[in-house]
Amino acid sequence: MTDVATTAIAVEAPARRKRRIPYAAIIGTLPMIIVSFSVFFVAIIFVVIWSFTNSGMFPGFNFVGLAQYTRLWSTSLWQVAVNNIWFFGVMSLCVNLVFGFLLAVFMDQNIKHESVFRTIFLYPFSMSLVVTGLAWQWILDPNLGLQESIRNLGWTDFALAPLVHRETAIYGLVVAGIWQGSGVTMAIMLAGLRGVDQEVWKAAKIDGIPTWRTYLFIVIPMMRGALGTVLLLQLTGIVRTFDLVYAMTSGGPGIATQMPAMYVISFITVRLNVGQGMAAATMLLLPIALILIIRAIVTTVQARRRGINA
Amino acid sequence: MQTSVSVKNLTLAFGAVKVLEGLNLDVGTGEFLVLLGPSGCGKSTLLNCLAGLLEISEGQIFISGKNVTWEEPKDRGIGMVFQSYALYPQMTVERNLSFGLRVSGMPREEIEKRVARASEILQIQPLLKRKPAELSGGQRQRVAIGRALVRDVDVFLFDEPLSNLDAKLRSDLRVEIKRLHQRLKNTMIYVTHDQIEAMTLADRIAIMRNGVIQQLDTPHAVYNNPVNLFVAGFIGSPTMNFLNGRIDGSTFSIDALNIPLGNYKFEKDGVGKLDGILGVRPEHIAVGEDAKKMPFQLDSEIEIVEPMGSDTVGWTKVAGQSVTFRCSSDIPLAPGQKITIGFDPARGSLFDAQSGVRV
Repeated sequence: MTDVATTAIAVEAPARRKRRIPYAAIIGTLPMIIVSFSVFFVAIIFVVIWSFTNSGMFPGFNFVGLAQYTRLWSTSLWQVAVNNIWFFGVMSLCVNLVFGFLLAVFMDQNIKHESVFRTIFLYPFSMSLVVTGLAWQWILDPNLGLQESIRNLGWTDFALAPLVHRETAIYGLVVAGIWQGSGVTMAIMLAGLRGVDQEVWKAAKIDGIPTWRTYLFIVIPMMRGALGTVLLLQLTGIVRTFDLVYAMTSGGPGIATQMPAMYVISFITVRLNVGQGMAAATMLLLPIALILIIRAIVTTVQARRRGINA
Repeated sequence: MQTSVSVKNLTLAFGAVKVLEGLNLDVGTGEFLVLLGPSGCGKSTLLNCLAGLLEISEGQIFISGKNVTWEEPKDRGIGMVFQSYALYPQMTVERNLSFGLRVSGMPREEIEKRVARASEILQIQPLLKRKPAELSGGQRQRVAIGRALVRDVDVFLFDEPLSNLDAKLRSDLRVEIKRLHQRLKNTMIYVTHDQIEAMTLADRIAIMRNGVIQQLDTPHAVYNNPVNLFVAGFIGSPTMNFLNGRIDGSTFSIDALNIPLGNYKFEKDGVGKLDGILGVRPEHIAVGEDAKKMPFQLDSEIEIVEPMGSDTVGWTKVAGQSVTFRCSSDIPLAPGQKITIGFDPARGSLFDAQSGVRV
């Protein structure tokens, strides 16, 4: 028994000596830690707590169980919003990924003036979504935009005004979303592509693997990090979609382009039903939290598996 | 000797910069040729041209008798091994070996046969189900060699394959590559900046500088009869001693010191008088009793002693010029000690001081 105890201590000792507390780092990051803890963490907790209350204009603590949630899911406005976010999300995510990747591949072909193109593609991302939304609203406006200018050129029955019809308004949003998001997708993907060892490309050439297959089966699997970053960035952007829709359609025509984030804001500010708004906000938090948790689990499992093999 | 790879008048230019110009090279079937040179000398560039990874500006390349100047890399009948291994990281070893063959539409049984043979030769059967990240550097490089092997080609190209490995693994794998060559008897062209790899592996060494092959000969010839100062200085460690002086018929004089050249074989007769450089390998300089037997002897004083284990390198001066010699580690040496050194000038190399060319 004593033998076991002493060996255990002997093994542990060097590890313990290594673990010094990095005071300087802690002090340096303390303001950020305090801010993020109080703003994000505490605020999120209160959001969840208030979602179980019947708070009206001001937050209160009169708990009503899941009543806000049952009301939320029976509201047609919320249902439309959820359907919209799914459609908008899936569409813009897929097109963004594909389009961003193709742009990145195009940029990777040793083209001239690469930095000019990169700036052009990235520019939309640097603009506020409100500006993007407004610009696209004008472009797609039947009396100001593309439709009118092309009709003026002589093609008088040309029709391109998706935002004024209930069925097509969401497509207008998707186009604006892609215009805004594919540049940054391209930038991250391009960094991923550049990170691929040139000798891998050479080896694939010697092996006689066609370029598209090299991209598909060798390069894309090597870009997992870049893909994950893009996915997370896009997903968080999609879930909190608000400003773009607000600027372009304000949720209209009717409620055709309502989004969950708009629902939250409108219940907190206009309809003076904080409890309902908080319940909707908690529902928004759920998918992102889920993704982060799954990601954390996957990475720890992978790390552990690697640890066993090493 | 039948030629396997033949390069005729190859020129490669990037814009106005000519990296290789009018280069000619013939490699025999089954020969192990090493392209050796400092970084930036064009050796890897030449290899990439052979592989078809770089489009050449002028000239022709023949591999196995076929003009492949404009062929795709995959159709040239070559396999290539890279410094960074260049394995496909998301595929298992087995898939790494077979992917190229699968893409080319080869029947499954044939692929399996080839993978089995390659993994048997390289002894990587236990690794087939693993991914590259789970392999050590040496294992990865073996898989990379295997990927060249399954292609069943006539010519293997190695682009500094051992440079990413530590010293111990490097010498292990060096022997394995030599064994592989003896077993397969393929033509191999091997690029390295490491002269030990070049000397140990090569049938012939091509020493390159600024895109030009300086000397193409057997390791022995390159070592003992370097054609110019660059080759003489590049090959050998510690480097060859260079003594500046004047050649006058059959004597080499440094100020007041006259060294009789004796049986030195001049490249051509009647050199006459010119400023020259006498190159002597450190291990050709004898000390103590052995020095007495040498045609030329000199008393000197030791400045620095570097014990290497197997032998000792000593530093001294000849007519004011620094000279190193290599002797058995059993001989006791100390700085300040007076010793006699001696060498046979006939074993040395004489160069024209102006052009650097051997005379």
